[in-house]
Amino acid sequence: MSDARTLLTQASYLAASIFFILGLKSLTRPDTARRGMQQAAVGMLLAIVGTLIVEEIVEYQWILAGLVLGTIVGWPLGTRVPMTAMPQRIAISHMFGALAASLVGIAEYTHHVGAGAIPRPQMAALGFEVLFGALTVTGSFMAFGKLQEFLPGRPITYRGQNVVNIAAMAGAVGLWLYLIADPTATWAFWAMTALAFVIGVSFVLPIGGADMPVVVSLLNSYAGLAASATGFAIGNTVLIIAGALDGASGFILSIIMSKAMNRSFANVLFGAFGAAPEASG
Amino acid sequence: MLTYVLQLYVFILAGFVGYSIITRVPPLLHTPLMSATNAISAISIVGALVVAGSRYSRLASILGFVAVTCATINVVGGFIITDRMLRMFRREEKPAELPPGEASK
Repeated sequence: MSDARTLLTQASYLAASIFFILGLKSLTRPDTARRGMQQAAVGMLLAIVGTLIVEEIVEYQWILAGLVLGTIVGWPLGTRVPMTAMPQRIAISHMFGALAASLVGIAEYTHHVGAGAIPRPQMAALGFEVLFGALTVTGSFMAFGKLQEFLPGRPITYRGQNVVNIAAMAGAVGLWLYLIADPTATWAFWAMTALAFVIGVSFVLPIGGADMPVVVSLLNSYAGLAASATGFAIGNTVLIIAGALDGASGFILSIIMSKAMNRSFANVLFGAFGAAPEASG
Repeated sequence: MLTYVLQLYVFILAGFVGYSIITRVPPLLHTPLMSATNAISAISIVGALVVAGSRYSRLASILGFVAVTCATINVVGGFIITDRMLRMFRREEKPAELPPGEASK
């Protein structure tokens, strides 16, 4: 019985992966794109249904509440948002996606650390997931703020910013490595998570509003990598595949967009550091 | 250990497939592509569902509930808006739709 269930779940994941790849492939031509993405939506539905039957799930009230609330919020975000507001809508939905990945990572960590030791490879994946997830949450929110213009669009800089940012990133990676060495160090986990939230803010603030689409696309890539890391942590292939597709797409697009603006990728990300704000726009 | 190696295989091959497909997407469709990959990244709902339904602890259930909510927003909103965008491409190819990187120039 349980074998049959596992088989069904895995079949749904395989089908979903195929539909996602076909969906992306359909986007290479305008006349096939719409149909292909509808297939990808079917793939998503299959993956959700396939997950609802796994043995680990024993209660459904939280799931049902989340699905209902998410649909109530998501529906107007899909149907009402004007096409001109597309970059900020994509930015805010990266925030939701990354928040989901980080929270799953935090819940998995607290559960496993409570239940005993976490194997090191799993800890590496969980840590990566929370690190990239958390910095994408705040980074996307900053990008959203700049595009929606409730935050100033000009680069916000101060002296020694690049040193602070690089030190913060090095600190977060250091904590991540420490966690791999000692997965039971909960203080390191929370410190890394907090630092990641701060990094998201401090890396996006110095980038000008006109460069935001490149940043949004890069954050798309991070959200994908965080999803992939979730897949590694909980042993789920559809997450690994969809996350890898997303990671590749976001990365390639941000490079293409930088080129379209006659700028190098590094220049967009670090151009505001120490430079006059006129570099953007 | 073998499991992790196999997972790495899957990750690299999927990244390779993604790379070869995405470099062939015309600039006209870059904005829908961003929206589409955003919708697809909502696959993290799969992890969220397990956490929300597993009765690990009260904290995990609540985190799972929030995660399911966030991911569902992306599934529902992401696929609807991608479809809305692609509906505009059906008849003739409209060059009016520029990728966001260009639109801001």
